[in-house]
Amino acid sequence: MSQTYQPKSWVGLQAYRFAPVLFFIGLIALWELICQVGKVPNYILPSPSAIIKAFFDVEFSRWMGHLWATLRVALMGFALSILIALPLSIGMIRSELMNRTLYPVLIVIQSTPVVAVAPLIIVLLGTDDPSRVLITCLITFFPLVVSATTGMLETPPEMIELSQSLRAPRYRETWQIRIPYAIPHIFSGLRVSITLAIIGAVVAEFVAAEEGLGYFIQFSTSFFKIPQAFAGLIFLAVTSLLLFKSVQWIQAWWFPWSLPKKK
Amino acid sequence: MTEVSNKSAYVSMQGVGHRYDPRPGAPMAVQDIDLDIHRHEFVAVVGPSGCGKSTLLRMVSGLLIPSHGEVSVFNRRVTEPRDDVGIVFQKANLLPWLTVRKNVLFPLKHKYGHYTQEDEKRTDELLKMAGLTQFADKMPDELSGGMQQRVGIVRALLLNPDILLMDEPFSALDALTREQIGFDLLKIWEENPKTVLFITHSISEAVLLSDRILVMSKRPGTVLDLIEVDLPRPRTSKTINEPRFAELTDLIRGHIYEPNVPA
Repeated sequence: MSQTYQPKSWVGLQAYRFAPVLFFIGLIALWELICQVGKVPNYILPSPSAIIKAFFDVEFSRWMGHLWATLRVALMGFALSILIALPLSIGMIRSELMNRTLYPVLIVIQSTPVVAVAPLIIVLLGTDDPSRVLITCLITFFPLVVSATTGMLETPPEMIELSQSLRAPRYRETWQIRIPYAIPHIFSGLRVSITLAIIGAVVAEFVAAEEGLGYFIQFSTSFFKIPQAFAGLIFLAVTSLLLFKSVQWIQAWWFPWSLPKKK
Repeated sequence: MTEVSNKSAYVSMQGVGHRYDPRPGAPMAVQDIDLDIHRHEFVAVVGPSGCGKSTLLRMVSGLLIPSHGEVSVFNRRVTEPRDDVGIVFQKANLLPWLTVRKNVLFPLKHKYGHYTQEDEKRTDELLKMAGLTQFADKMPDELSGGMQQRVGIVRALLLNPDILLMDEPFSALDALTREQIGFDLLKIWEENPKTVLFITHSISEAVLLSDRILVMSKRPGTVLDLIEVDLPRPRTSKTINEPRFAELTDLIRGHIYEPNVPA
């Protein structure tokens, strides 16, 4: 995306416009071809057509049930993460003591693989939503803390001087200058976190669950219904992509000024 | 040191110096500055980069308390930022998440938490004076550099300060815009007189705009000369052609270059 492509002909322009889609379709066609020609068994690598068939073999209401289970956990974990991370970040930039005290703990939490801790959390909190939400929260909140604190600390000194020259109360410096300044940073954190939220929910379902897309994939695999597992995986990927896009849409809608400038 | 300094002195600096590193023997950023500025006088400060011009401005603003000597305004020692001082920053220093109008109103919003309809009326008048009426609802990044800096000036005027501190306000602008905005500033200043301390590294700009020029040496910044600019007002683009203009710029240039000839 470094330079705007300037095609010389109509054909060139169309090729440029549709290149990503064509490449994607080409890949899938190649995949189908390899499976058909090579007679690859479905339980090793199912062909795209087999995956599509498997997708429609599963009832729509079942898909929705699994989707809702995963989405519910991912969004609750994500929301909890925001509710913890943002006030924590504000506290850490306002108080050197708090920063000094909390930062090592955050590093320890972030350095501990959540996948390894997940079974212990299930033992601690049971097999219901709370433990899955906690697992999701643990995996998502660090990028948010880092992006929010970075943004607030990078506020240009002249903006802080403007605040000081007005002798404004310090909470307004945080609220009216540092937080808005950090919005682009916070949104890049949110974009990372929302995809991690899906990962967190799936990890939690792998450990203990009776529903959800992660559970569905694991369950399908264990019964050697590989095309069905692939269908679940693709459904999950599309969900994750839509959530990622939603974060971008929210930013474009509420904070249009915070988007990088188009040349 | 006289007990009562010049009665007409409005801003007074006596033996002002500053070192950022408080250890004794550490280098001074500026030292031994004695300067009395009269009410509604336009004083420019020129000097090589890094000579502590900005440090001087920060000490007058109250953002920085000098380690040596004292700055007083109207016979009161400056110990913190004052309400009757407006600052125009080097880059316009506008908040990108606010419209032009809200940027101008920001000092009130930030200092008191609210503003009245009358304040909004005054904002619109100020914007009109600066020729920005049609840009009032635009975002800062939709404006050219020159217009952004006009907004910065208007913002500094909102609280109707008696003292206007300008820290190389036009240094980021191209030569033509720079000249135009300089004349516009003079017009504003002639219509509502203010005591101006104008930091610049452009010798011709200093001569064109000011009543007196403080010429500073390179670090540690001291006073090399204080030059009376006896060019008639109002100054226009014709002023530049007067022989006296060339004499004054040559005089300053001589001051700045001669002491710096490598030994």
